[in-house]
Amino acid sequence: MVKDSLLQKEYELGFTYTRSTGPVVGKFLTGLKNRQIFGNRASDGRVIVPPMEYDPETFRPLNDFVQVSDAGVIESWCWVSKPRSSHPSAVPFAWAMIKLDGADISMIHHIVTNEQNRVVTGARVKALWIDQPVGFISDIRCFVLEED
Amino acid sequence: MNIDICIVAFSQSACVAQAGAANEVELIMPQLEAVYGQVGISNAQDVDFVCSGSCDYLQGAAFAFVAGVDALGAVPPIQESHVEMDAAWALYEAVLKIRMGHAESALVYGFSKSSPGELPVVLSQQLDPYYLAPQWIDSISLAALQARLMLDKGIIKASDMAAVVASSRRCAMDNDKAQLAGQFSISDLLEEPEYVSPLRKADCSPISDGASAMIICTRSKAEEWQVPFVRLSGIDHRIETHNLGMRDLTTSHSTRLVAEALSIHNSSLDIAELYAPFSHQQIILEQALELQAETEINPSGGVLAGNLMMASGLSRVGEVFNRIVAGEAERGLAHATSGPCLQHNLLAILESV
Repeated sequence: MVKDSLLQKEYELGFTYTRSTGPVVGKFLTGLKNRQIFGNRASDGRVIVPPMEYDPETFRPLNDFVQVSDAGVIESWCWVSKPRSSHPSAVPFAWAMIKLDGADISMIHHIVTNEQNRVVTGARVKALWIDQPVGFISDIRCFVLEED
Repeated sequence: MNIDICIVAFSQSACVAQAGAANEVELIMPQLEAVYGQVGISNAQDVDFVCSGSCDYLQGAAFAFVAGVDALGAVPPIQESHVEMDAAWALYEAVLKIRMGHAESALVYGFSKSSPGELPVVLSQQLDPYYLAPQWIDSISLAALQARLMLDKGIIKASDMAAVVASSRRCAMDNDKAQLAGQFSISDLLEEPEYVSPLRKADCSPISDGASAMIICTRSKAEEWQVPFVRLSGIDHRIETHNLGMRDLTTSHSTRLVAEALSIHNSSLDIAELYAPFSHQQIILEQALELQAETEINPSGGVLAGNLMMASGLSRVGEVFNRIVAGEAERGLAHATSGPCLQHNLLAILESV
């Protein structure tokens, strides 16, 4: 059979549908697009960032949104000296639990710095945004250490 | 109706770093043959129910677990089920099936061939799909964040973690299925460089290929088969939120809840087999379970000596079963975990009859 006679069609492996992220996750992701970070209040009043749809203890829907800062404090961290190919940084970096100012629950993201010895629990960090946010968690390119 | 449930057979493959060309079916079949042999049956037609535990993410294909059924010979049709979880939860489903009176006997198995992929990264894709999975944060890094919280709070020291590893390696010298074993001092281990700080490589369970299988049944069926058996006197599980920031990662709230539900605290246990994929997690579990000094922990070496994803939880139950059958223990506890940083925990109590 001549190759040109074969029927051919481009095929992209992926989901063939779109899904709404809903009023809670959607609120957070839309906020990122505007370089804003939203959390919401748990049943006990604590501010959760990123927001959750339901309270894990009371199972109540959560919809009391609160805007928080894009800077905060390192609650925990680990140093990745050899990043994996899937990791968001090609150079050594830290994964961290970061409690943003105005939040009570820390979020997980990563910190890029060439001053490894300054990455300690309690150090202050600030979000570094990508140039054109699209509404993904990766709109925060990474966190960086605030100047002393 | 209160039905006594008994374990009558267990077999586990060796934990190997790479099973070579063997596929999943070829990893499962020797374990099935072994448990059939232990009770004197010839195939899966001779039990009323079959349940398996595995993870399609490891094979990278939807419904990959169905291929595992080829190991059973499912013609004529059998009653079969699957959990996308460790096979300890397949055991839980089988227990429910028997308790409901829908079966008198059940075969349970778990398997994984983790070596072809990058397991810590594969597991990242089971996390929250909007907040975490797109960041590709791997299972080792999440455990490292947990260990740092414990070190910062002074709950543990690096030497406590190394002591867990040293004990695992030493116990594993008597376990011919183990992947890592040997005499190591705490100072030897602490001299190793940090891997994902604060974890050293030895603090992380190795990646292993293999499978395990078990047969459980009612007491009357066990007596009919005329084989040594152990009573499974309790089994229960609890899960915590997927939001890691909302959990107190320095303790295991869910393990504590199960322990209370099964009245484990302050009860007499000769041995405990704990599924702690990272050294500091064994300390978290010991504290949550409030084990007494006479309880021997992880006589097999535990999963730091070899970790069959999706089968290690079932194997913890099997290790306790083996020791009670051998007369080395009267009553034991088995623990299984799933999810990042000990998110989901199951406990089982086994007693001699």
